[in-house]
Amino acid sequence: MVDHQQAAILSPETLIEEFKKNGVTHIVTIPDSETNYLYELMTAQPWLEIVPSAREGETFAIALGLIIGGKKPVCLIQNTGMLESGDSIRGMAIDSGFPLVFVVGYRGWTRHGPITDSVARYTEPFLNAMRVNYYLVEQDADSDRISLAFEESKNTKRPVAVLVGDEYHGFNR
Amino acid sequence: MIEASEVFRVFQEYRGDAIVIPSGTSGRFWADHTTNEKRDLVIGGAMGQTTSAALGVALSLADEKVVLFDSEGALTMNMGILATIAGKKPKNFLHILMDNECYATTGGQPVPNAQEINYAGMAKEAGYLAAYNYDNLEDFATNIGSIMQETGPVFVAIKVVPRVENEPMGSRVRRASRSRAESIRDLQTELGVAVA
Repeated sequence: MVDHQQAAILSPETLIEEFKKNGVTHIVTIPDSETNYLYELMTAQPWLEIVPSAREGETFAIALGLIIGGKKPVCLIQNTGMLESGDSIRGMAIDSGFPLVFVVGYRGWTRHGPITDSVARYTEPFLNAMRVNYYLVEQDADSDRISLAFEESKNTKRPVAVLVGDEYHGFNR
Repeated sequence: MIEASEVFRVFQEYRGDAIVIPSGTSGRFWADHTTNEKRDLVIGGAMGQTTSAALGVALSLADEKVVLFDSEGALTMNMGILATIAGKKPKNFLHILMDNECYATTGGQPVPNAQEINYAGMAKEAGYLAAYNYDNLEDFATNIGSIMQETGPVFVAIKVVPRVENEPMGSRVRRASRSRAESIRDLQTELGVAVA
């Protein structure tokens, strides 16, 4: 049982590998309590520059500026902050016509029993309202969906979200 | 207070090859003075977030001088960006605030605490390397040349005369200007930058 649970986690190394494979240059982010290890791992990558932000809405605008200069950023935020970022996602990501993948910590998501956290209940309806497609990633075996998100974003020149389900279970060590 | 157009007239003399990002109601006057439109960038489009986008431009084009003409209405919506900018310390970034003390585009209602707030002081305490206040043209004209040579991030707050608009949006006279997409494309062509 324990082995099964360990095998089912999404490890931060998997995300880092996907970022590198897809040519990501910058992570624009507000770390949350669940992503400490991911943050440390990101800072250890010489090919990756971290842009710590004060508020999630900033991240999409900073990303647009980076894209204009030829870089390939990813926004890494939590779903609470995504809701705060609505106008920035609209104006700086969707309307810009550039590809952008943003990774969202899916706080409150669970497959086990009812979802009690309201932010989890609003996460997917929010993305649907914004017409932003998304991929749910819960474990290492789902990692190819991250590359699918990059591919779709490139082809459609639109933002695509990656929802990291179950709150980064493999990320705290 | 200084006429925004006068600020731009003086600044243009020292612009060099800098990428200039005008924004806000005052920013429209830049079009009357620029002599290098291909290095002008329009990146509005979300409330108060042009500042953030300008940071991204500065970080991605580290060998280019980037000058943002911001507005205080936008900055107060997103004040945390001062800390974000200060944290990244972009050496090539000059942040000029055109402070008309009001929301000119919605009829001139006052920005919160407009006459007492010290934006330059906030920027300096957030961690900008230098910050200045100007409320007369002569002082600005005397110093902008040396400010352009300073290592960023540098902040300059200028009190400017508001140009309040009260007409409904649909009946306002529009200046001919490039779209955001056109200005981005022109800049990328000018710099030889391709989307990654």
